[in-house]
Amino acid sequence: MNWISNYVRPKINSLFSRREVPENLWTKCPECGTMLFHRELADNLNVCTNCDHHMQLVPRDRFTALFDNGVFVEVEVPLPTADPLHFRDQKKYPERLKAAQKQTGEKEAMLVAEGEIGRTPIVAAAQDFSFMAGSMGMYVGNAIIAAAERAVELKRPLILFSAAGGARMQEGILSLMQMPRTTVAVEMLRDAGLPYIVVLTHPTTGGVTASYAMLGDVHIAEPNALICFAGPRVIEQTIREKLPEGFQRAEYLLDHGMLDRVTHRRDMKLELVTITRMLMGLPPAVMGDLPPPDLPAEEPEPTPEPKAAE
Amino acid sequence: MQSYLEFEKPLAEIEGKAEELRAMARASAEMDVEKEAVALDKKAAQLLKDLYKDLTPWRKAQVARHPGRPHCKDYIERLFTEYTPLAGDRNFADDHAIMGGLARLNGRAVMVIGHEKGQDTQSRIERNFGMARPEGYRKAIRLMDLADRFGVPVVTLVDTPGAYPGKGAEERGQSEAIARSTEKCLKIGVPLVSVIIGEGGSGGAVALATANRVAMLEHSIYSVISPEGCASILWKDAEKMREAAEALRLTAQDLHKLGVIDRIIAEPTGGAQRDRAAAIDSVGACIEDMLAKLSGLGRDDLIRERRKKFLNMGGKGLAA
Repeated sequence: MNWISNYVRPKINSLFSRREVPENLWTKCPECGTMLFHRELADNLNVCTNCDHHMQLVPRDRFTALFDNGVFVEVEVPLPTADPLHFRDQKKYPERLKAAQKQTGEKEAMLVAEGEIGRTPIVAAAQDFSFMAGSMGMYVGNAIIAAAERAVELKRPLILFSAAGGARMQEGILSLMQMPRTTVAVEMLRDAGLPYIVVLTHPTTGGVTASYAMLGDVHIAEPNALICFAGPRVIEQTIREKLPEGFQRAEYLLDHGMLDRVTHRRDMKLELVTITRMLMGLPPAVMGDLPPPDLPAEEPEPTPEPKAAE
Repeated sequence: MQSYLEFEKPLAEIEGKAEELRAMARASAEMDVEKEAVALDKKAAQLLKDLYKDLTPWRKAQVARHPGRPHCKDYIERLFTEYTPLAGDRNFADDHAIMGGLARLNGRAVMVIGHEKGQDTQSRIERNFGMARPEGYRKAIRLMDLADRFGVPVVTLVDTPGAYPGKGAEERGQSEAIARSTEKCLKIGVPLVSVIIGEGGSGGAVALATANRVAMLEHSIYSVISPEGCASILWKDAEKMREAAEALRLTAQDLHKLGVIDRIIAEPTGGAQRDRAAAIDSVGACIEDMLAKLSGLGRDDLIRERRKKFLNMGGKGLAA
């Protein structure tokens, strides 16, 4: 009974999987190329600490940051018929779904929750771009309907964070039918006189933009988010010319009257609290009651990073 | 002059031969080829029937886009009287890819709105091949609103490859316009019936087809994406459109099974392009019947019914 007789041979798996860990500790900002330490990045809500580029934030992390003390309760979403068309391209659709579930640890491309933000009760729904590009199928439709119904039931505003490549082709026409279905969900909120606020995150495109994402009472976007119906590549192919810089980005849409605001992720919560409280006829939030906002000081800090020579 | 689709080539040969024989007979009086010509005609008719009896989804897509197929304008001219086109979105422009106005269907005033693809080069360019810009959807919204306020039923005819993917269209809010049009469809308290007469292309179609009753011509298609587009994304090869058309379930028959559409309108043998008048008339009869069945419902009932229909949609998949 010593360490020699108890010796366990390391498994091949553990040898290989361990190798991934150091890679995961650092993320390269796709915009400025800065290497970012993962904990620092997570603390900054996945916004690049160097260039303020907003990277994707999965719904669970977003909700943890959004709801007071990270407390929220998931709203149950009725499961739709699985693979209604028996769709098969190079892979079978159920296989693709399973792979996405394994990769993300989520059931589907949308998470719905209820809870409080700045002591303001809300229902929130967030789309998961990491799950099959956040594509809108029956489940996402059901999720939005469930979110709207829950908001109506509790008489709360609905805040929806959109992020999607569009409709889920593997559900064919039924994914297209989510456009009218989710529009009915928005109508439920309108009928009940409840605010419906859409936060458009990178990227929000296709049938998603052309339905619930563009029907909000207030549209707020994260900086530089791509928001469009037809993607830039499709347009370039159609009109055969280069598109201007920043085309279909949040700031461009703001200029063209499609959005109310473009807001930095760190300011989003406060802004949502302020807007929803005013629309719901609630008194101003008592700021001392809120968890301390991790805003940087108002005074412009001396920026230590060396400026590139111009 | 009949134009033939690729899969109709054998048919083109036979019909061409019969035509040749007749031309020869006309040239010299002594030749009597009528018997042979009639035999060829018979053979052609049989072949046509066989070809169209069981069209594959991709062939259906080709038939749905057939240039000789009757378009919105043809339907309006033949089915409606007193058609009074109404133009413009009151904001920016009049989009010719969507036409519409007040008209009478067998004496009953309706608002008819539809995508128009155009039939020759000039009109196709003018109509932008039936691909609407935001102005088009905003015009549709305006017309639906007008109809709603005066209790006039709305009839939409859908035939579009999709909404136009252009720079200006995006800048003026293509997605918002489509979303609002779908919303308007769900909001109006008058009967709204829709017929997909050719191509029902994605969001551009939904914007007009969120109706109390949706019918489809037998060989029309309705899909979230074109077979070519789907093939290039999922198969990474645009040439796989046959497989994509198959997988997408975009035929009237499959959509009926899925409960997405309510009715299938039979087409003449060989498709609507072979007997345009007959095809238009059967669409007319279907519209009238659908409107008649909705006429007993009040405003709230119509809205509730329409919403419920879409909320419940997709409950059943295709049987295994």
